[in-house]
This record gives sequence, C-alpha cells and structure tokens, in this order.
Amino acid sequence: MQYNSIAQMLTLAETHNMSLWQVVLEAEMAQTEQSADDIFRRLSARYEVMRRSAKRALEEPLPTIGGLIEGVASTQHTYAATGGISGEFINRLMAQALSASEVNASMGKICAAPTAGACGVLPSVLMSVGEKYDADNQRILEALLIASGIGVVIMTNATVAGAEGGCQAECGAAAAMAAAGAVYLAGGSNQTTERAVAIALMNVLGLVCDPVAGLVQIPCAQRNASQAVNALISADMALAGMDSVVPADEMIDAMFQVGRMLPASLRETGKGGTAGTPAGKAIYRRVFRDR
Amino acid sequence: MLSIFDVTGPVMIGPSSSHTAGAARLAQVARRLAGRPFTRVTFGLHGSFHDTYLGHGTDLALLAGALGYREDDEALRDAKALAGAAEVTYSFHQADLTDYHENSVEITFHFSDGDTFDVIGSSIGGGQILIRRVNGMEVEFSANLPTLLVYHQDKPGMISEISSVLSDAGINIGLMRYTRRARGCVACAVVEMDDPAGPELVATIAALPDVFSAQAVDLGDREDRHHAV
Repeated sequence: MQYNSIAQMLTLAETHNMSLWQVVLEAEMAQTEQSADDIFRRLSARYEVMRRSAKRALEEPLPTIGGLIEGVASTQHTYAATGGISGEFINRLMAQALSASEVNASMGKICAAPTAGACGVLPSVLMSVGEKYDADNQRILEALLIASGIGVVIMTNATVAGAEGGCQAECGAAAAMAAAGAVYLAGGSNQTTERAVAIALMNVLGLVCDPVAGLVQIPCAQRNASQAVNALISADMALAGMDSVVPADEMIDAMFQVGRMLPASLRETGKGGTAGTPAGKAIYRRVFRDR
Repeated sequence: MLSIFDVTGPVMIGPSSSHTAGAARLAQVARRLAGRPFTRVTFGLHGSFHDTYLGHGTDLALLAGALGYREDDEALRDAKALAGAAEVTYSFHQADLTDYHENSVEITFHFSDGDTFDVIGSSIGGGQILIRRVNGMEVEFSANLPTLLVYHQDKPGMISEISSVLSDAGINIGLMRYTRRARGCVACAVVEMDDPAGPELVATIAALPDVFSAQAVDLGDREDRHHAV
C-alpha cells in the first residue's frame, strides 16, 4: 500500500474499507518492513516527547538565547484561567503551543513535527482536542498517524522547509496536519478531513519565514500559537459542512508555488519581514553583541 | 515514499536540526574517532556554522558532543560546565573550509602527550551528517550505520583480509570505500556495516599484518536514525 496524494489516501481508505490511520499504518509497514506494534511504539515515544514539550514551560519560564520568548507560555497559561476573549480552551491551546516553542528555544527536548520551528502546533492540537473528546492514548496516536500521513504528502509534493517555502511550509504544514488529526478526534469523515487540510492551507497561504535575529523565537512562537488555532477553526469549518471547493492536493501545490515566489529575504534568512523591522534589527545587534 | 517518521521527528534538542542536532552528532563521531582522553578541543567553524552558531547553540552542541553527549540529551546546554568538570579546555574560531559544505566544522583534539587528532565534517540538514576528513585523509561517511576505519599499508590483498575477518564474524558489509595518500603509502578503508563490530573484532583487524590501526564508530539507535532525514 502506497500513497502520493491525499486523494490517493482517501481512495485507498474507501477501496479497502479502512480508516485513514489504517491506510497510513499499512503504507508505513509496507515501506519500512516494521510491525504495527513497532510503529505504534515509536510513535508513542515521539508523542510523549511532544506532550512533555507542550506542558513543560506552562508553569515556569525557560531561559532562551537572547530571552526573546522567555515566559510567554506561562503568561498565556495564567491568563487562560480568566477565559480572556477567546475562551479558556483556545488560550490553553495557545499556551501549550508556546510551551513547545519555548522549550525548543531553550535547548530543551522536542519532536520536530514537521520541523523543530513548528514543534508546538501538533502537540497542542492533539492534546487539547483529545482531552475535549475524551480520547485515549491509542486514539490520539491514530490521529497522529493521519496527521503524519498528511505531512508525508506535503513533504513529497511540496516542502516543509522555511528556507524553501516560508512559514506556510512549516507552521502552515503543521496546521494542515493538525487539522486532519482534529477532525479524526472529533469523529469527522475522511472527506471532512481532506477539506480541513485544504482550508487550513487557504488560511495560511503566503505566510513568510522571518525570524528576528535568525533565532527560532519571534515570530515563530506566535506562529505556533496562531497556527494551532488555525488547525482548530479549519477543522470546525469542515466539520460544519463547508466545502473547500479546491481539493487539498491542489492547495498543497499552491502552497509550494507561493513558496517559490517568495523572495529570499522572507525565507528563513532573518532579513525581511519581522526580522527586518528597526526593532528586529536592534535585537539582532543586542543579542549578538551581548554574547 | 517517505516514512511518517521523516515527518514526525526526529526527537532532538532545539532549536535547529542542522545547527544543533547535527553539530552534536558530528562532534560525537569525532570523539569516537579520536578514541582516547583529550585535554583540549578546538572547533573551526565555517560558513553558516560560524555566522549563526551563537543563536543556535551550535557551540554548546559541538562541545557536548565532543564530551560524549547525544543530540537528544538536554545536557547539551550545560556543555561549558561539563567541560570544566571534565577538565577539558576548548575554543571556537572561524575557519575557511571552502571546499566543504556551508555547515562544516574542523574539530581538533589535543592530547596530554602533545599529539593532536583532526576531523572535518558537515551537517547536511535534518540532523544528518557527513564526515569528510580524518587526520588529513579524505573520507565520506554518514555514521548512520556502524562504521569501521582501517588504516593500512597500500598493498594488494588487504580488502580481502579485512572482509574475511568481518564475514567470519557474520557481519555484512553495506559499503566499502577507499582513500589513500599515494600509491604504496597509507590507505584508509571506510567500511559501513549492517551490525556493529565489537572491540575484540576491531582488535583482530588492527592486529592484521600491515594494518596500522582500526577504529569503530557506532552511534547506536539505528532504527530511528535511519528515518531521521
């Protein structure tokens, strides 16, 4: 069993009367000659690292190089209890995404998904939505399988490197993957999953990669939080019955095309966008002179 | 087709797979190649490694790797204190390694007897590495598989000598590459194997006639490393 597009994933699921996670699992088994148990064991180990990274900075700030995002997760987590404007659920989701970003920037242990810079999106979405729907660990791993399968297609037909495709390829790809996992956890159909992926990419198309001082902190942490939210609202739009009109596979192609049109200054060079602002440049000078 | 573990993974210490995780792996391999306790280690940083190392903890990852810590060990960030505790001094400088990849480093180990050992390697993305030069000898290996380096006199019959020792031990050779300084001089065999060669086996090969030395590098945890592209 093998797939190179999301359309193929859906066709395989329909032909063999399987869930999408079973398609991804069967393809992985065929590809790597590993047993289902081995694959679940490895996936579980990675999910555990994800989970820890999304919790670790919730209670106390972690020191990061230059200190740009030190404490953002705990601050958001404290605020979440008040409900804020977007409610406790969304604020906690964002705090978890920020936590993984903070851990990453403090030289802590993370699981790249699909990259280190985007490591907060998938854990925060799987944890928050999993909890909301009372999913057990097995079901969360099944959602992670689906998300990873979507990631395989994006990596195969486009890119997940910020240097190639901008932030839309990193946090955007993570949002598309997470949206698929969220639909599964909420009990949505395969077609709904496909639509959620397409909508998530529509919402993020054109997002540039512009890290201040080249550090994976600002605006990377904010993007992890906002793309976690994108995953949820895209899943919700699809679950509500919205037709994406454009298929997910075509949105993946579009994301890749847009990425290639981005100038180098907006592809992880730390030169344009947020990095190129006077404040961004001042931080560059401060961080590297201080050391 | 890609594996899902190419997408969801690797597990690593942030913030960068190439500038942090790859750097730690490079130094770990170099340490194993050096093969004995050292008192000082210096790092010549080239290209993007030099330009961005402060922001990505590349210096800490390299130093921790040289001290034997893995790329997923949070001890990386305490590398300087660990070096102090191990009574190892270190320094970082800019190096011109133009012939090599943008993310390359020259790692030099200094021993108490005044001898040195020098390795050049590159971090080529996603935590993957290539070792390019060992003590002046041009090589190329990724350390994804257990690897054996055998230095010997450049003369006929050496390949079969080495491979027969390995085959007697039931070890399958995945790839064997050769480099030599000049004809009839020192040759270096780089042998990538499906299973690690134990210390006795390495000693057996080192004791073969006309073999000067043999070194084994095995970073372990192969199942995951295969997929950590």
